[in-house]
Amino acid sequence: MKITELIKILDAKVISMPQQDIEISGGYCGDLLSFVMGRAPEKCAWFTIMNNANVAAVAALADIGVVVLCENVQPDGHLLKAVKNKEIALIVTALPIFEAARKI
Amino acid sequence: MSSLHLEFDVAGNNFVSAGSASNEVKLTLKKLGVEPAIIRKVAVAMYEGEINMVIHAGGGKAIVDIFGDKIDIELKDSGPGIADISLAMKEGYSTATDTIREQGFGAGMGLPNMKRYTDEFEIESTVGVGTTVRLAVYF
Ligand SMILES: Nc1ncnc2c1ncn2[C@@H]1O[C@H](COP(=O)(O)OP(=O)(O)OP(=O)(O)O)[C@@H](O)[C@H]1O
Ligand SMILES: [Mg+2]
Repeated sequence: MKITELIKILDAKVISMPQQDIEISGGYCGDLLSFVMGRAPEKCAWFTIMNNANVAAVAALADIGVVVLCENVQPDGHLLKAVKNKEIALIVTALPIFEAARKI
Repeated sequence: MSSLHLEFDVAGNNFVSAGSASNEVKLTLKKLGVEPAIIRKVAVAMYEGEINMVIHAGGGKAIVDIFGDKIDIELKDSGPGIADISLAMKEGYSTATDTIREQGFGAGMGLPNMKRYTDEFEIESTVGVGTTVRLAVYF
């Protein structure tokens, strides 16, 4: 599934979208960053409610495909700046994490 | 084979700059044409070490040497040190405070991740003096 398809299915708001609409390989749900780095597959959709700058650092270093902020959680100012700088895909959906993830 | 030497100061308790050293190393390896899966292991392992210095040690230094066939990373701090290293290496062990947990850290998975994602992993620590972690990944 491409990021653009995921955006449609989740009725998500696009906060940041790099030029390339990549193919997403599965997903990972979690808010504890070291679990994400240890377990999330590369190019995956990462479902979380964590919304600070560390999310951008983890997404960039662990090659996350797209960050999906669930429950309508909004990125804080630092995260917003960082995802634009680092060209990380970040979208926001109103769905809870479970509901969002099962749509993949 | 010529090597590339990089040094970074890692600021303590600053979550906005945290990860910038690891990010720079990642970009350097990418430029050098290292395989993406290997870059990912290096980036995650180094970031875990970098963030540990940010959180647990009030900052430190990252010293990186890139050779033709491998990367050496030394993470050195003058923080409080670790009394029981084998306990600290256990998955789930963490002394992180609530404030740190709110930042998303404190799963007690950082050191185990570093060991798992590297080919060589060494940790030396003296209470009251500091901690040094050495990592190596072969390309
Ligand atoms: N550089 C350091 N200086 C002092 N103590 C450290 C250092 N690195 C790790 N520790 C100690 O070892 C424990 C385990 O570290 P580890 O990185 O595995 O987990 P964590 O940092 O607590 O949580 P996580 O990495 O999952 O976010 C820490 O909670 C801390 O007590
Ligand atoms: Mg850690």
